[in-house]
Amino acid sequence: MTFTHRHLLGIEHLRQDEITTLLDLAEDYVTLNRATQKHGDALAGLTQVNMFFENSTRTQASFELAGKRLGADVMNMAMQASSITKGETLIDTAMTLNAMHPDLLVVRHPHSGAVDLLAQKVNCAVLNAGDGRHEHPTQALLDALTIRRAKGRLHRLSIAICGDIAHSRVARSNIILLGKMENRIRLIAPPTLMPAGIGEFGVEVYDDMAEGLKDVDVVMMLRLQRERMDGGFIPSSREYYHRYGLDAAKLAHAKPDAIVMHPGPMNRGVEIDGTLADDINRSVIQDQVEMGVAVRMAAMDLLARNQRALQGGVA
Amino acid sequence: MTDTLFTNAKLINPEGGTVITGALGVTDGKISAIITDETPHPQARETVDCDRKHLAPGLVDLGVKVCEPGERHKESFGSAGLAAAAGGVTTMVTRPDTDPAIDNPETLEFVIRRAREAAPVNVLPMAALTKGRQGREMTEIGFLLDAGAVAFTDCDNVVADTKVFGRALSYARSLGALVLGHPQDPGLSAGAAATSGKFASLRGLPAVSPMAERMGLDRDIAMIELTGARYHADQITTARALPPLERAKQNGFDITAGTSIHHLTLNALDVADYRTFFKIKPPLRDEDDRLAMAEAVQSGLIDVISSMHTPQDEESKRLPFEAAASGAVALETLLPAAMRLFHSDHVDLPTLWRAMSLNPAKRLGLPCGRLAIGAPADLVLFDPHAPFVMDRATLQSKSRNTPFDGARMQGKVLQTYVAGHSVYKRA
Repeated sequence: MTFTHRHLLGIEHLRQDEITTLLDLAEDYVTLNRATQKHGDALAGLTQVNMFFENSTRTQASFELAGKRLGADVMNMAMQASSITKGETLIDTAMTLNAMHPDLLVVRHPHSGAVDLLAQKVNCAVLNAGDGRHEHPTQALLDALTIRRAKGRLHRLSIAICGDIAHSRVARSNIILLGKMENRIRLIAPPTLMPAGIGEFGVEVYDDMAEGLKDVDVVMMLRLQRERMDGGFIPSSREYYHRYGLDAAKLAHAKPDAIVMHPGPMNRGVEIDGTLADDINRSVIQDQVEMGVAVRMAAMDLLARNQRALQGGVA
Repeated sequence: MTDTLFTNAKLINPEGGTVITGALGVTDGKISAIITDETPHPQARETVDCDRKHLAPGLVDLGVKVCEPGERHKESFGSAGLAAAAGGVTTMVTRPDTDPAIDNPETLEFVIRRAREAAPVNVLPMAALTKGRQGREMTEIGFLLDAGAVAFTDCDNVVADTKVFGRALSYARSLGALVLGHPQDPGLSAGAAATSGKFASLRGLPAVSPMAERMGLDRDIAMIELTGARYHADQITTARALPPLERAKQNGFDITAGTSIHHLTLNALDVADYRTFFKIKPPLRDEDDRLAMAEAVQSGLIDVISSMHTPQDEESKRLPFEAAASGAVALETLLPAAMRLFHSDHVDLPTLWRAMSLNPAKRLGLPCGRLAIGAPADLVLFDPHAPFVMDRATLQSKSRNTPFDGARMQGKVLQTYVAGHSVYKRA
C-alpha cells in the first residue's frame, strides 16, 4: 500500500500514486454504499470526533455517515456553541479532546492553517474538513473520483474552475490535485475574485467565460458567498450571473460531453442556472455527494490502518 | 590616567568606514585614546586584551518594545535591559505602543524611572504622536519633549486622517521634534497576515500588496513637503518604496528611513507551515525585496537597522496564523543576524555599524555611536566568526518568540560596556 500519512491535512502533501490508491479504495466503498447491507468494519471500535468550528451540514453529515458505515463510534461537536465562546483556545480544546483518546479527528475551522496546528498537538489521525481559504482535501478527492468515473480517466483533461477562487479552499485543493494528476487547468473569475500571484500556479487565467470554457471537458463551478455578492467584490449578484453564471449558452462553448460540477450548496441563479444544475445529462452534482461518502470512508480507513501500524498492530 | 585600555582589538569605526587593529583607552566613561599606529600605549589601571576580536560602538536600537506599562509578564525593563546587554545593544530607544500607550508626561516619567531602576543599558523613550495612538488628537508634544521623549510615533497605527497627521507634524516641527511614521496604506493592509503572492495564496492567508508600503510612504513624503517636519520611516521593507525614498532625500527633505533585521535576513517563505514566530508587521517579503533592502543598507539609502524587538508570550503565538499576535524578539539576535549580511558579502562591517549605531544616534542627536575621542564608552566586543546554534531557551527576554530558534548563526557578543562599565560578559 502506498499511503503512509498520519493525517490528511491537504492535497499538497499527497503524491500522485497516493491519490490513486485512495481513489481505488473509494471505488470499493461506492459498491458497498450501493448494496443493501452497507456496513463495513474497517473502523470498528474506533472513536471518530467531528469538530466543526464553522457551520456545515453536508460535509459533517458525509463524514458522520462514512464513519458509521465503517463501524466507528461517531461524536459531533458543534464548536460555536461550546468552549470557544468561553474563551478557550484551539489548543486547549484539542488537548482536552485528546485526553479522551479519539482515533479520528475531523476538523473544520475558519482560519487557514488551524487544522495543521491542531494536528501537531494531538495523538490521533486528523482529517482536514476545510481550513479557512487553505485546503479542503476530501472535496478535491471526491471531485477527482467523480471526474474519473464520468470521464474514464483523471489525466490529460481540460478542466475549468469558475467563480470565487480567491476565497475558496475547494479551488486550492482542486488546483493542486488536478495539477498533480497532469491535467490542464483553467481558472475563470473576475479579477477581484482571483488570488494574487495566480500567474505562478501553472494554470491558465481567464476573466471571460466564453473564452475560458472553450473546449473544456469539465466545468467546476464554485459557490459565491453571500457576503461577497453586494458591491465589495462584484457589483451585484445579477451582474455576476449575467457575466459568470453558468447557463446553457455559456456551457455550449465547452465540449459537447462536458460535465458540470458544483461543491454545493448552490446559489441557483447566481453562479449556476437551476435547470442546468438538475440536468442529469450534464450535471454530476448528485454524484459528487455520493462520492463524498465513499472518499471519506477510504480516507479514514487508510489513516486508521496507518495508525494501527504505528501502534504496533497489524496494518 | 586611563581607566581601561583595550589592546589588540579590531576597531570598527563607522564614521571613518574602517576596521583597523589597535588600542582604545577609556577614561571617566568616555573614549580618551585611539591608537592605531606605533604610538606607545598610555598607562592604564586595567588592560583588556581583546585577542584580535572586534571592538565597536554599542548598538543603538531604534524601536524596542518593552511591555511596561501594561504587560510586564511579556517583558520588563529589567529583562529587556539584560537582553540588550547580552546582544551588544547599549541604547534602547523604546516604543510607546504599550497598554496604555505612553502618551502623557506622567506615564513617560514612570517609564523613565522604571528604566533607570531596572535596565543596565541606556534607555531613551519615544512617546505617542496622538492620544491613545488613536489618530484623533495630538499628544502634549512639548511637555513630553521636556520630560525626555526623544521622538514621537504611533508605531504601527497609521494616522489615517491626514488633517490630524499634518497638524501633528507641523506642531512637532515647531519644536524640532522627530516623528516616526509607519509607511503603510491602512486600508489595503487591514487584516493582512502575509505579503500577497503565490505563497500567501497557496496558504490561504489574508495578504497585503507590497504596494501598500509605497502608497503610505508617498503620502508621508507629501506631508513632509507640506509641513517641513523631521521624519523617519520606521520600516521600509520593499523594493518599490526605495525610488520615492531616494527622490525625497535628493529633494532635501528631512527624511531618514529604517528597516528591520528580520526583513534583511528572512523572507516570506520562512513562514512555511504557518510558523507564527515568523509573523511580523509588516509581513515578511519576497526574496527580491530582501536583497533590495540589503543593497539599500549598503548604499546608505536605508539609514537604520532596528531589531523591532516585540515580545509576545506563548499564548498569543500558539494560535492559528491569522489570529496569532505579530512581532518577534530580537535584541539578542540583532548582531548575529546582522553578521549574516556581513558573511554573505552584502554589507560590510563599518556600514552595518553606521546603520545599527552611528545613524540612529545622529538622528536622535546623541553623542554615542562613534569611535571618537570624547564619545561615550558604550562599546561591544564581539567575534563575528564564532558559530553557534540559536536556542531560544537561553534568551534573557521574558518572551522568547524568536524566528531564529534552532538556526545556525555566526557572531557572538563577548562583552558589552556602557559608559566604560561592563554590563555583560559572556560566561
